[in-house]
Amino acid sequence: MDQLIGYFLYFCSLLAVGGIYSLIALGLNVQWGFAGLFNVGIAGFVSIGAYTYALLTTDTSPLHYGGLGLPLAVGIVAAMVASGLISAIIGVICIRLRSDYLAIATIGIAEIIKLVLKNNSEITNGPRGINKIPRLWENFTEERFYNDWPMSWFASAETWQSIFSSLPRWWWQPCFALSIIIAVYVVYRLLEKLRLSPWGRMMTAIRENEPAAHAAGKNVTGRRIEAFILGSMIMGLAGAVLAMHLRLIEPTNTFDPSKLTFLVWVMLIAGGSGNNRGAILGSFLIWVIWSASEIVINVGINVIDDFTNIHVGILSTRAGYLRMLLIGLLLQYILQKYPLGILPESRPTASSKT
Amino acid sequence: MWESFGFEFVNFYFVPGIVLGCIYALGAIGITLTFGILRFANFAHGEVMMTGAYVTWTIMALTGALFGWALHPLIAAIPSVFLMILVFFVVDRFFYKPFRKAPTIKVVMASFGMMLVIRSLVQILWGPNQITFVKGIAKPNSFIRELTGSMDMMILVPNKHFLIMGGTVVIVMLLGYLLTYTRIGKAMRAVSDSPDLALVTGIDVEVVIRATWIVGGACAVAAGVFLATDIQMLETTMGFRMLLPMFAAAILGGIGKPYGAVLGGLVIGLAEELSSYPWIGDAPLLSPGYKSGVAFSIMIVMLIVRPSGIFKGRTF
Amino acid sequence: MNTDNFTLELKNITAGYGESEILHGINLKVKPGEIVAIIGPNGAGKSTAIKAILGLLNITKGSVLLDGNDITDTPPDRVVTKGISYVPQTHNVFVNLSVQENLEMGAWTRTDGIPERLDEMFTLFPDLREKRRQAAGSLSGGQRQMVAMAKALMVDAKVLLLDEPTAGLSPKYRGEIFSTIQDINSSGVPILIVEQNAKQALGCANRGYVLVEGTNRYEGTGKELLDDREVARMFLGGGE
Repeated sequence: MDQLIGYFLYFCSLLAVGGIYSLIALGLNVQWGFAGLFNVGIAGFVSIGAYTYALLTTDTSPLHYGGLGLPLAVGIVAAMVASGLISAIIGVICIRLRSDYLAIATIGIAEIIKLVLKNNSEITNGPRGINKIPRLWENFTEERFYNDWPMSWFASAETWQSIFSSLPRWWWQPCFALSIIIAVYVVYRLLEKLRLSPWGRMMTAIRENEPAAHAAGKNVTGRRIEAFILGSMIMGLAGAVLAMHLRLIEPTNTFDPSKLTFLVWVMLIAGGSGNNRGAILGSFLIWVIWSASEIVINVGINVIDDFTNIHVGILSTRAGYLRMLLIGLLLQYILQKYPLGILPESRPTASSKT
Repeated sequence: MWESFGFEFVNFYFVPGIVLGCIYALGAIGITLTFGILRFANFAHGEVMMTGAYVTWTIMALTGALFGWALHPLIAAIPSVFLMILVFFVVDRFFYKPFRKAPTIKVVMASFGMMLVIRSLVQILWGPNQITFVKGIAKPNSFIRELTGSMDMMILVPNKHFLIMGGTVVIVMLLGYLLTYTRIGKAMRAVSDSPDLALVTGIDVEVVIRATWIVGGACAVAAGVFLATDIQMLETTMGFRMLLPMFAAAILGGIGKPYGAVLGGLVIGLAEELSSYPWIGDAPLLSPGYKSGVAFSIMIVMLIVRPSGIFKGRTF
Repeated sequence: MNTDNFTLELKNITAGYGESEILHGINLKVKPGEIVAIIGPNGAGKSTAIKAILGLLNITKGSVLLDGNDITDTPPDRVVTKGISYVPQTHNVFVNLSVQENLEMGAWTRTDGIPERLDEMFTLFPDLREKRRQAAGSLSGGQRQMVAMAKALMVDAKVLLLDEPTAGLSPKYRGEIFSTIQDINSSGVPILIVEQNAKQALGCANRGYVLVEGTNRYEGTGKELLDDREVARMFLGGGE
């Protein structure tokens, strides 16, 4: 039974992380799939969201600014706004130039954000990061939440305590995973609605034939900046959820560009850029492959080490890099052989030519 | 004047700035040539620099262990240059060439992927930890110290810095000769000027592209080895750290303008070092932690004010 | 059957960009030593015909013959090696290269005799000799056109293709360009020229073709076409 629960909880955490990646990939899909904007600073926008959420919602701490202990929802909204603001600045400067410049600028802004987070210790606690970030559902078991409104309206602190102690310790895990999945679904539905709206059709038209869209008097740059900001806001949301999931964030390893930016790109391209369902499918698929590859590679190394004279034990410390190498080659393969991904984009209007 | 200002400024800010600028310049040459001729921002360039330095170190270590030779890094860099040019050829053939006629962003994406593939490969082969490139403390050149000391303007420049500055001057001069006086160099400028016209003029663009990888590869290895010589160690992230300043240098100088890249590199290198000089009061103007933000800020300002760069390069 | 008499021959060419077909089976011949002009209204496919010869677009039907050899779908850089020189309408010089460097690039496919040919070009275009060290981008429109033509003539061209060489030039330069074209031709190089400026083009051409909507409409000697009332009404302008 314990083992079954163990599997169930592992499944929950796969769902949660897969869902977080799906959110980021959906955000990227707005930028790349809808508007053709090449953002390689994803880690930066996610970290802005995560830090904003963390600083606003954690309990007061001597280590960093605040925390302000604000409601979780406030933190989530602020995370989206903060990420959107940063992207607006970058967008206004770079989007009128060709895509390469935006790529360089976004990779740059991600580095700058990392620098700021690392160096402003009095606000962010520098490289040591922020701890005890409240996680949705689990936070209800914390004293400061059940002592305060709105929880205190329904039951006394003692009642809450007894309720929580009657539940298994992991009760919040499936709830948390389910909430993330619901969030993914809501974002997906909104984006689908947007894709089929006049705004979405205009984005397709711009991508298909920019000069024609220009000539038709469309504000191409304006529309693109909107898409860039919207995508970054979704990434900010994902950052807030990631901060909840991890509970401890720090500037460097948490937001390692190879595991955020790069992996998300592989997810979107594999799933099918321009297709929201593809973004979600790609996220879960690549996340499962990524998680499984860790086990497979380690088992493989052990097998070779145990049954042959080749001592590859040293490789086990470097297995993570092998994983990165393989996923990098996978991207190249998909780019060349299946550029449309698993679920190719379907155009909103029947009349538009493919 | 010299005591209060010059000594510290020249020795601890200006010269290191120039040295860093030389390293950026050499890297930016490859980036600007690739950007101008193949028309894409090659994100894998920094990783080739880094790999070139690792290979150079390996050659030094191997020849040391096998024959007891103590090869100078510049000698060991020669076979490394050939190897890295080969790497560029292979990467181009299998990962970039399939996208020659596709929208540029595809090849930018491929290069972004190659950045991680190359870095992971180095991390697998050499491990993720730092490696000492050259041992010992670099002492200032005694001749210059005595000479300038007798003039009451003591300048402390270690030999490694002379090597880097001198090496950069030689390489830039060779590059200038190549681009001005050789057929292939002129063809490189022609393709950078207009690839379509080059095609209908009968210029074999693939040959020019190979020449670009050769020049870019040689400069990248030089930059990587100089960087390793300067910081005296190897890290797998050193290429990525260089990437942003090099892009900034290339954009500052004007895309497709090698001399612009050199100037841009020097400006960025100097600006990074001088930004932490205590211009006002006693505290550094900008905390050294933000040094790498300087390049980015310069780049952003340039993109707003004059995206074609100082030397009026291409804009896209 | 005797195709040897034609330097360049387009047989029933159908071609276009991507999916849109622009040329619907055109035929065209250039005999040795001739100047041939292609005229027609905007969008008639004049420049497209030249691009089809160069292999810059998809030919779906028909063939291009050079001296009787099929060169259909040869990539553009190989077409030059085979002896077709081309001067595009715009962006036809390397602006950052000096005049002399432009000519040297024109001679890319050549292995010997470059200094001699350079000298010949400077004799043909005396203005360029004194400006040989200047960046081509700093020259006037007419001079650039000279550089572009000289650059194209650096190889031993079997035929020279000119795409609207006088577009955007002042009348003074226009005349100069046309007389240079005749000079080049008198040295034995056949020339295929696409022109908006139909009257002057037909005036110096041996023969002409009128293209309309991607098909052949009229053909004849330059004089015949100039005298043809229909052609005159359509292209030679109501102003006269």
